[in-house]
Amino acid sequence: MDMLINLLALAFIGFIVWWFWLAKSGDVQMVRDSIDVIVDGGIYSPAIIEVGRGQSIILNFIRRDVSPCAGQVIFAELGISAELPLTESKKIELTLDNEGEFGFTCQMGMYRGKLIVK
Amino acid sequence: MDSNVSKQTIIRLSVGGMSCAGCVAAVEDTLKAVPGVAEANVNFAEHTAEVMGSVTAEVLINAVVAAGYEAAELKGGNEEAEQKEAAELEYYRQLQKQSVVAAVVGAPLFLMGLLGAMPGMSGAGRLFWLVVAALSLFVLVYSGGRFFSGAWKSFKNHNANMDTLIALGTGTAWGYSLLIVLVPTLVPEQARHVYFEAAVIIIALINFGSALEMRARGKTSEAIKRLVGLQPKTARVLRNGQEVDVPIEQVGLDETLRLRPGEKIAVDGVIIEGHTSVNESMLSGEPMPVEKQLGDEVVAGTINKSGTVLFRATRIGKDTALARIIEMVRQAQNSKPAIGRLADRIAALFVPTVLIIAVLTFLAWFNFGPEPRVAYVLVTTMTVLIIACPCALGLATPISIMVGVGKAAEYGVLIRNGEALQRAGQLTTVVLDKTGTVTEGRPTVTKLVAIDGDQEGLLRLAASLEAGSEHPLAEAIVTAAKQRNLDLAKVKNFTAIAGHGVQGEVNGQQLLLGNQKFMVDQQIDFSAFLDQAQSLAAQAQTPMFVAADGRCLGIVAVADPIKVDSRAAIERLQRAGLKVVMLTGDNRATAEAVARQVGVDEVMAEVLPGEKADKVAELQGRGEVVAMVGDGINDAPALARADVGFAIGTGTDVAIESADVTLMRGSLHGVVDAVEVSKATLRNIKQNLFGAFVYNSLGIPVAAGLLFPFTGLLLNPVIAGAAMAMSSVTVVSNANRLRWFKPQDKH
Repeated sequence: MDMLINLLALAFIGFIVWWFWLAKSGDVQMVRDSIDVIVDGGIYSPAIIEVGRGQSIILNFIRRDVSPCAGQVIFAELGISAELPLTESKKIELTLDNEGEFGFTCQMGMYRGKLIVK
Repeated sequence: MDSNVSKQTIIRLSVGGMSCAGCVAAVEDTLKAVPGVAEANVNFAEHTAEVMGSVTAEVLINAVVAAGYEAAELKGGNEEAEQKEAAELEYYRQLQKQSVVAAVVGAPLFLMGLLGAMPGMSGAGRLFWLVVAALSLFVLVYSGGRFFSGAWKSFKNHNANMDTLIALGTGTAWGYSLLIVLVPTLVPEQARHVYFEAAVIIIALINFGSALEMRARGKTSEAIKRLVGLQPKTARVLRNGQEVDVPIEQVGLDETLRLRPGEKIAVDGVIIEGHTSVNESMLSGEPMPVEKQLGDEVVAGTINKSGTVLFRATRIGKDTALARIIEMVRQAQNSKPAIGRLADRIAALFVPTVLIIAVLTFLAWFNFGPEPRVAYVLVTTMTVLIIACPCALGLATPISIMVGVGKAAEYGVLIRNGEALQRAGQLTTVVLDKTGTVTEGRPTVTKLVAIDGDQEGLLRLAASLEAGSEHPLAEAIVTAAKQRNLDLAKVKNFTAIAGHGVQGEVNGQQLLLGNQKFMVDQQIDFSAFLDQAQSLAAQAQTPMFVAADGRCLGIVAVADPIKVDSRAAIERLQRAGLKVVMLTGDNRATAEAVARQVGVDEVMAEVLPGEKADKVAELQGRGEVVAMVGDGINDAPALARADVGFAIGTGTDVAIESADVTLMRGSLHGVVDAVEVSKATLRNIKQNLFGAFVYNSLGIPVAAGLLFPFTGLLLNPVIAGAAMAMSSVTVVSNANRLRWFKPQDKH
């Protein structure tokens, strides 16, 4: 029994490593012109957004989460940030000319999302 | 939901430059041609356009401007802030309520536990515990439901956050306790302890901590609230010959507004009738009122002092200087300097790491812990989950940046981003441009030396030649001629040689006007005036030689008064341990005379405009971290080259793109204020980061029971909950101390 519990615990560690760090989220959204990003329950949905290089897009952030942590979205590598009001949507216009991955987070880096430019 | 289609929104624009009904059709067609526009209506009488569609105001404005008209969005500046405040207040109250409900259920249970009055697990005791299980489940759902739903949503997204830790910690405690109540025989008798009260009190404490944190956070954005509060809600507009008070969001471009003494200015504009003085201190930090007359600009948010004037609206809505300042401060407040990146990287890995530590704690106590091991395993694992606080770490940098950038704005110092704020605290050398930075930038003619004694004749020639030049020294000469009512002759073939002088043909004579270098290059003999030129330069005046047809006619000397507080500000910079260098295109003798008066450490004179950036690079090559302070337009390359570029603004001119820091006031004290705010903010960030690292790196091992083998002590999960709730409150409160920042030995 003890052995089984030990093995289960070790397997759980393996699961944590795989689920949070190694596994890729399947929820990747392609965007052509504009997309709604819902901010609710501690996450951005969709959190992973794919966009073509040089393409102009509008990210339309809709905040439903009352927590003050959700009040800002920051694209640190792009030097863009925006306040997200609770009652209305906030549009962020972007044209990304370089391929790569650009994260966006809340002020504390707990809400996390990323733009993949291909 | 189809997430690729954004919602239809209505955007209202004020459109300027429409002179006839034909323009209405042109603007309407332009708007309708914008992709995403479903409907566009232009109202000629109001000079407004209403557009419906999935499109942004910026795109519409660009289209209207490209069609040859002006446009700006009609939108209330205060609405967003008011909505945010109302939503935050509601959330604060909700947190308080949730905290109180949890405390009402948890506190009696906690007290019973302390007094040893808990019933057993048999008979009526069991029934009691089943009721407690139901009550605590209600609390977990009502007061802690968002932790569980947040944790689940994050989990599905391959993410983990603070909700994950709280939900796992309290959920495990509740689940284990229920198991004990339902099947007590599963664990040895001495391990049959329930933790309903711990789960509930932890939820109460965390909600209470979040409410306190929200309150403290509200104070961190005081600077923005103060700026937003400067915007009046109504304006007095002249329409159809009548003065009417209208909401600020209805004021259109080109409308005429009436401004009476004591009133706040509603939008940016240009005075078209009357004169007055305006208090601009709320934006620029400059305490003296500024005189305004016909043609002068007035800016929204400043206060009219004495006169009644009419002005024409030139910038409205989010285009006003005030709105741009607010936007710039907001952007800067949300940006992160390099110092915060490590914490960010750690925060991203933090929660899964804590989960792993919790499992390792479980394994350690399970395999090596004393009996009853199940109880020890549960308490330590739960405590590890509860005590870990990624929030303190994540908040450490941004919350201090928010207060620091806001504080700087109060002193008229606009810092572009967190990176600039961090670098401003690491400077070793400050390079000051002379004209307009150390000096007023308004030179006047101080001396005329003519070979034939005809001073007015000399001035007339010099002014005629300079009439076409935009150089500040040229302006001084032309102004002096106008003051003496001299008639100026026409100049032909005018050429300006940067850093040297100007030449041209006046009354058939080939005229030259410039510095000594220019005369040498042009092989003009100026030896008769050399002594006088040197003596003028030694008195901080700039001598310029005038020559006609190869013969030196005399000297026009110009001096630019030194700003009254330049010396004091330079002394403050030096006391702050900074080396102060003055950079100028002026001749060495004049530059050194100015340098002596203001007390700089080093002078770089006779530097051509294009060489300024090289001089900055030269200092950087010596290992110095260099700030360049200049006017933002002529000095743009040097500002960009410097580690921190400071643009000295005039009044409320904030559109200085090349600068990391914009000083809205003309005084050099702003540079020292920026350096001091930066140092204070960096110190604050370091304290926060240190506190958050120490808290987590001590708290987690103690919670895991590292002290148990030596002291026999274990951390109570309720204490861990209190510590975790207070850790982020402490970080926010420490950042709030920056609100009391005052520049040292201030002027």
